[in-house]
Amino acid sequence: MTVSDGSPSLPAGVERHAFDGTERLATRGDPVYGEPTDGPWRAWNPHRSKLGAMLELEMATGLEGGETVLYLGAASGTTASHVADFAGPTYAVEFAARPARDLLEAAESRPRLFPLLKDARKPETYAHVVESGVDVIVQDVATRGQARVALENSRFLADDGRLLLAVKARSEDVTRDPAAVFEDVQSELESGYEVLETRKLEAYHADHLGVVARPR
Amino acid sequence: MDENASVTGGWFADIEPGDVDAASDAITGGSAETPRDWPELAVESGYADSMGAYYDRLSEMTTEATRREVAEREAADDRQLVHAVRAMDDCTRTANELAERLAEWAGTVDPDAGTGVDYARELATRPADPEPDERAMVSLAERVAGLADEADDLRELVERQTPTVAPNLSALAGPILAARLISLAGGLEALAKKPSGTVQVLGAEDALFAHLRGHAPSPKHGIIFTHDAIRGTHPDERGSAARALAGKLAIAARVDHYSGERKPELDAELADRIETIQARTEDDSAGRDGGDDGE
Repeated sequence: MTVSDGSPSLPAGVERHAFDGTERLATRGDPVYGEPTDGPWRAWNPHRSKLGAMLELEMATGLEGGETVLYLGAASGTTASHVADFAGPTYAVEFAARPARDLLEAAESRPRLFPLLKDARKPETYAHVVESGVDVIVQDVATRGQARVALENSRFLADDGRLLLAVKARSEDVTRDPAAVFEDVQSELESGYEVLETRKLEAYHADHLGVVARPR
Repeated sequence: MDENASVTGGWFADIEPGDVDAASDAITGGSAETPRDWPELAVESGYADSMGAYYDRLSEMTTEATRREVAEREAADDRQLVHAVRAMDDCTRTANELAERLAEWAGTVDPDAGTGVDYARELATRPADPEPDERAMVSLAERVAGLADEADDLRELVERQTPTVAPNLSALAGPILAARLISLAGGLEALAKKPSGTVQVLGAEDALFAHLRGHAPSPKHGIIFTHDAIRGTHPDERGSAARALAGKLAIAARVDHYSGERKPELDAELADRIETIQARTEDDSAGRDGGDDGE
């Protein structure tokens, strides 16, 4: 029996490390975006990373380290590089060419970070590359229909896998109340996922909701 | 054979282990309905000796495929776009001028002669052999039609390239207006560095300098006048609409230049803002007829 509630511990490979006297989340790897480093450790800024914020807020992500990860919306690789530092094979999907160039740089020193210039709304365009049964899907895409992206991509997730989703209210509809948007996204998610935990990421990211879910 | 069947659908199917070109093409262009345990299948089929070797190769091939795709997409840069949109405008303008000349000429020969590029096209494609004394005129018509076709082709090119070069600006302004703004500013970077007030009057330089010399009102809008957000707004509120639109376009240009990521929320923010502005005149259009100078 694994402990599912109580205070969840950080995955192996992620530690609280002191940078200039301040304890901060950190992983071991080459710096990517000018973050502070200390020896092999580099600080993981929760203000620039939704997954970092979810860990900082002690959400039960279920991450232990060494997982196979599908990362949707990798952008320049800010978060994806930290994930690749502590996880196993990490498939990083990004749609825009410009940030993908930076993602390539992050992948250079990370032999298990696989950059893919693909549209997360069209999983069939990368299902011939990304393996089935991944342990974790991390999703941070700024597009309308974020729940649908998560549902479409559930085909990659192992039965006991986890979806770690950051919902951006403003991407769905800027004019609506974020709380209402979150409600809609959650209820749409329910058709394919069981939502285990939600948490507003407000302290680090305005109008974002962190969601931990597992496939039904 | 069975082994081959089992990997059908994987990116490495039927690819020699050392063939980077084929692997890169397969990753970029391939597809599959459902994922499978590719690492395992790759080892079984002999594409890689071990899982570790498979992942090493996957890393090499995905990096190469992405690098190529990024390079290809970025080759469509803003400079190319500026040339294309300027050439498009030149072709259109020249075709129209020549069509006018042609209509004048044709009017002396044929009292039913039409006008414009459409007439030139008609004349150029007329099946009958032209009379000897009309040959020069028909030849000119062919040139006009050719120029107009060239302008259409260039327009298609601009419509295709702008969303790649400036995805957000293109979504907000439409590809043609976005390309014109980039062209007027002299490049995407230059546009990204302009304050929104400058974006607002790009293309209205004559009016702006007349204003600065002190004998004209300040222009409300430049080239962005062609945007529906302004044309569809009551004249009283066009200044507001132009200011709101220019603000969002300036932000979009900055996002496109400095990040390149598509931010769909910008579209919604603009639509929301313009709707608010347009609602002002819809509510009380009757009551605002007199005594209001607008912005």
